[in-house]
Amino acid sequence: MYLKSKDLLGLKDLSADEIEFILETAKTMKLILTTKNKKTPHLQGKSIVTLFYENSTRTRLSFELASKYMSASSANISASVSSVAKGESLIDTGKTIDAMGTDVIVLRHPLSGAPHLLAKHVKASVINAGDGMNEHPTQALLDMFTIKEAKGDIKGLRVAIIGDIYHSRVARSNIWGLTKLGAEVCVAGPSTLLPPGIEKTGVKVFNTIQEALIDTDVIIGLRIQLERQKKGLFPTIREYARFFGLDEKRLVLAKKDALVLHPGPVNRGVELTSSVIDCDRSLINEQVTNGVAVRMALLYLLTRRRSNEDIN
Amino acid sequence: MKILIKGGHVLDFKTGLDGVFDVMIEDGKVVEIGNDLELASGDLIDAEGKYVIPGLVDAHCHLRDPGYEYKEDIETGTRSAAMGGFTSVACMPNTNPVIDNESVVRYVLNKAKQDGLINVYPIGAISKGLQGEELAEIGELKFAGAVAISDDGKPVKSSSLMKKALQYASMFDITVISHCEDPDLSDEGVMNEGYQSTVHGLKGIPSAAEAIMVSRDLILAEYLNVPIHIAHVSTELSVDLIRNAKKRGVKVTAETCPHYFSLTEDACEGFNTLAKVNPPLRTRKDVDAVIEGLRDGTIDIIATDHAPHHMDEKNVEFNVATSGMVGFETALPLAITYLVKPGILSMKDLVEKMCYNPARILGLNKGILEVGRTADITIVDLDDEYVVDVNKFKSKSKNSPFHGFKLSGSIVYTIVNGKVIVREKVLL
Repeated sequence: MYLKSKDLLGLKDLSADEIEFILETAKTMKLILTTKNKKTPHLQGKSIVTLFYENSTRTRLSFELASKYMSASSANISASVSSVAKGESLIDTGKTIDAMGTDVIVLRHPLSGAPHLLAKHVKASVINAGDGMNEHPTQALLDMFTIKEAKGDIKGLRVAIIGDIYHSRVARSNIWGLTKLGAEVCVAGPSTLLPPGIEKTGVKVFNTIQEALIDTDVIIGLRIQLERQKKGLFPTIREYARFFGLDEKRLVLAKKDALVLHPGPVNRGVELTSSVIDCDRSLINEQVTNGVAVRMALLYLLTRRRSNEDIN
Repeated sequence: MKILIKGGHVLDFKTGLDGVFDVMIEDGKVVEIGNDLELASGDLIDAEGKYVIPGLVDAHCHLRDPGYEYKEDIETGTRSAAMGGFTSVACMPNTNPVIDNESVVRYVLNKAKQDGLINVYPIGAISKGLQGEELAEIGELKFAGAVAISDDGKPVKSSSLMKKALQYASMFDITVISHCEDPDLSDEGVMNEGYQSTVHGLKGIPSAAEAIMVSRDLILAEYLNVPIHIAHVSTELSVDLIRNAKKRGVKVTAETCPHYFSLTEDACEGFNTLAKVNPPLRTRKDVDAVIEGLRDGTIDIIATDHAPHHMDEKNVEFNVATSGMVGFETALPLAITYLVKPGILSMKDLVEKMCYNPARILGLNKGILEVGRTADITIVDLDDEYVVDVNKFKSKSKNSPFHGFKLSGSIVYTIVNGKVIVREKVLL
């Protein structure tokens, strides 16, 4: 099996089979990660460039280590958002990177749709490492990998995504991916942070965290950005935590073996209390490990697809 | 030099002319309309099976000249307009420098005289530099030749300034055209707020942002008992508000554009920047309401809002891309395909909305086909079907979301001031 597209732009465009295929491949990659000698020749002779227009620690490091564990040559470019405003076009930057013989460009960008634009104009495969409020497909894939690893199957699970759905690319990618794999997804957050028409994606929408938590198998907390409060979308962090924070008392509403996930970094005491973050049902550290495995799988599958195209 | 247009279906809104007639043109004027006219020598145009209508009048376009000639200039803009059957166009003042004083009006008029193929009527600014702070020299604009005033592209945010503009403009009997958008609500939005903005992760512009400003302007017009013209109506609520205001006797007129009755927000799918426009493309419900507004007369004008942009300004991230689409060369075919063919409007209704009303509302002596008038005439083949190819556009810019659309109705002839500009679909 091969991935249909040369790029990974979002889970909106992937089929359930393709998602399963990536997750299955990531299982093997995780085995490699857990061996003592973390080096495979899968990406030998391949070159990977990470192009980040936004700050990132974990996603970037995760991609970088994934490339290195698989023997790729990798390079990093940090571009400032201001260069976008100065009229340096993304297409021109992309073409330059392309001309240097790059196989995969990993792009993070503050504007939704930037990877889609880049992908149209470069020969390299483009992996979306987060674009604006649109998608963060590798995060959702690692979330799904983590859920699958713990629960066996995603089909039939009830997953609650809590927090700022409006601005969250993690939420959008998870909604596409989880619903495609047959989970029942519900979202909850302040009504000012729920995007209009979100129910049309097939999710249930709640305005209280309690309703969303009842009988749920998985809880995904989202990071709340302080600047949202400054824009007046909710009154105070304190009030947010009171109505939408996850503490041990509320966790009781979920199934006994419910998992807690969070894309990180967590605002302790806001989205999740420290006791929830550090409880045995929290898989936040596991998610980070799995992130490397999922990204190894993607880099491998996209470059393999490219080699196959060359042969044909 | 005589021109005889023979055997076409002649339509005129004002005179009620509606039937097969011959039209004789001499020295730039229509000299006779009748049956079995003969031409001893001159230019004989066979219009059998085609509609002969007054030249189209566009109440809202952007010619980008002066200042943005890399997008369009008066020569290319009027070539494009002529290809679309327009013989008169009114161009918006958001140029550089802004058309907010006499000298820029004169520049546009002179350039149009020199390079323009059709009649060009500049629209002046409401506020100096479109800044929304102080009134522009509206009296001088009018006497230099501006046919209306508008801060189009931007709303007049201050209710107080809008009130003064309406009061002051009424003294000079010059039309005020309002771009209705509450900037607090549209904020940094880039497309309609709704399902599509949600699934693209793009910030939305709520339809309420338009409707709120429409209601403010209707209230001001009613309070002052002065006329107002609402530009590019795109939402259901705006249509309802204008309909009710008309019933109350408010002196309001309104326009919409072809993209608001032919496209929905779905056109933005896949971050298609060619479908980025302001006001944004809305939902099916809004499109249906705009169509109903056209049908029942709530909306008086179909204008193009021809907004040329260089491809470099569209080949960027959706947020950064400029808003607007070229419209001259698709406006009439879109109206025919989406309104006339489905039986919503007759060709005569279209003549009212694309010729008579725009001329009437801007106070132009145009949009009427009768003996004694200047011969501005467009000949249309209603049944000609073709696929839109932006590469064939005469406009300098190719930013149209309609590339590849199959449309009906083509402009066969455009005659301006008695001169054939487009002959057999070819620009001379």
